Amino acid sequence: MTITLVSPQIEVMKMDSIQEKNIVYQTSQLNLWYGEKHALKNINLDILENEVTAIIGPSGCGKSTYLKILNRMIELVQGVKITGEILYRNRNILDRSYQVEELRTKVGMVFQKPNPFPKSIYENVAYGPKIHGIRDKKVLEQIVEKSLRSAALWDEVKDRLNQNAYSLSGGQQQRLCIARCLAIEPDVILMDEPTSALDPISTLKIEELVKELKKEYSIIIVTHNMQQAARISNKTAFFLNGEVIEFAPTSKIFSNPKDKRTEDYITGRFG
Amino acid sequence: MNFFDHKSINARMKIRVIVNLFAKIIFFAAMMFGLFILGVLLYRIVSQGIGYLDLQFLQSLPSRKPEQAGVYTALIGSVLLMAVVAPVSLLLGVATAIYLEEYAKDNRFTAFIKVNISNLAGVPSIVFGLLGLTVFVRALALGTSVLAAGLTMSLLVLPIIIVAAQEALKAVPASLREASYAMGATKWQTIVRIVLPVAIPGILTGGILALSRAIGETAPLVVLGLPLFLAYLPKSIFDLFTVLPMQIYNWTGRPQEEFHSLAAAGIIVLLILLLFMNFLAVLIRNKFQKRY
Repeated sequence: MTITLVSPQIEVMKMDSIQEKNIVYQTSQLNLWYGEKHALKNINLDILENEVTAIIGPSGCGKSTYLKILNRMIELVQGVKITGEILYRNRNILDRSYQVEELRTKVGMVFQKPNPFPKSIYENVAYGPKIHGIRDKKVLEQIVEKSLRSAALWDEVKDRLNQNAYSLSGGQQQRLCIARCLAIEPDVILMDEPTSALDPISTLKIEELVKELKKEYSIIIVTHNMQQAARISNKTAFFLNGEVIEFAPTSKIFSNPKDKRTEDYITGRFG
Repeated sequence: MNFFDHKSINARMKIRVIVNLFAKIIFFAAMMFGLFILGVLLYRIVSQGIGYLDLQFLQSLPSRKPEQAGVYTALIGSVLLMAVVAPVSLLLGVATAIYLEEYAKDNRFTAFIKVNISNLAGVPSIVFGLLGLTVFVRALALGTSVLAAGLTMSLLVLPIIIVAAQEALKAVPASLREASYAMGATKWQTIVRIVLPVAIPGILTGGILALSRAIGETAPLVVLGLPLFLAYLPKSIFDLFTVLPMQIYNWTGRPQEEFHSLAAAGIIVLLILLLFMNFLAVLIRNKFQKRY
């Protein structure tokens, strides 16, 4: 008992001393119920700065639910009960005094299906800065260009910024959504299966983008695609039936999983 | 063992194709039936009334002599009525729909209110007339005025506008709202910048339908005591007035043949007014769509 308790602590200390990265999200004893259904059970996870953290697991394991708590989008669902604590930069986001708009300004989100607004490409990217009070056209133009460049979309759309966003292909739309998210210069980017609706080439582009973005942002990505998790993430959390079965550096999870269930899942024996 | 016997299936194929064709013909006939009736109606009215429709008809006060009679007071009355009904009912209706769809919690009380609003849309218009008579004409002492009639008509069409606006708001994809909230937008910003621009065409379609009903409605106005014959114009919204349907009703009740033709001409004016309102709605719609 004592041995199992001590050894992970040593491991954490080791990792911290090597990387010296700050913790972005500290989740402790998080539980969530959808009505009677216990969807997340005693989750404890620490997510570090400037890393890509992948969350994998079969459908219905609670991975998207967990992601939606991190920017409190879960509040849009009715009949949800949450206990526990999630510290974002040392402040409990589940505290009622934490203004949800403030949180979402720092924590951006990219959704499963590209969901650009029915506006021009320019207006899509300028939306965030505008709602937060930036009116100066020159500043807005600079933000739009910078964000589109960061999302590797600028060269494809620079001549047609005033066209409707729906004229873009699915992959371009998803990169536009990433650009829209970058425009408010968030600290963390949450991605909920961002490539599941895209073709392989668009998927590759997004993956490369994610690798590039982690230099400046902390990224948490939910994915069904295990190769994707292996390719782009630093750490991987494996969720099953609302529990975190294993959370470790990605290379470890995929080469030497500790838990039998993790091994079964990543080798494709179920899920 | 085959479950799929291609021979017998092919034998029945012809019947299936014929049934399909039959269905198509029935639906087409249903559409043509309505179109035909409408055509006959329009033809009768236009052929009867067009000869009486001129500038003099539009500019003349009603008169006992058919050759001097016009729709001036009724036309101005209808326009004034719309000037009260349109802003009051659209603002109240859309605001109510926004509250119910965007802000209200999804509980039994909200469900109860929603059901009752739908029920109100089915209440006979004469009941609204009685309500208007009690509340606006008598209790609030507005008299038989444009304002009292306008408020009564607003109540009458409010449920239609609310239900149409609710449907239009519901049709806005949740993914757009989520995208906006996820950027840190407040509910109000999301509604104004994302939801309403998408929902406006649907809201306007419902709004025009409701206003069309208000402009053609007579029963509640009869209860309010609007005159069938009025030879002077209202000076403000607190004055006595009359509207096109009342004037048309008056003329159709006269024994002389000429008055029936005048009624037809009045109906044409009413139809043109309706078309004009539709045209305005299209203009507003286009203006909103140009924003993005």
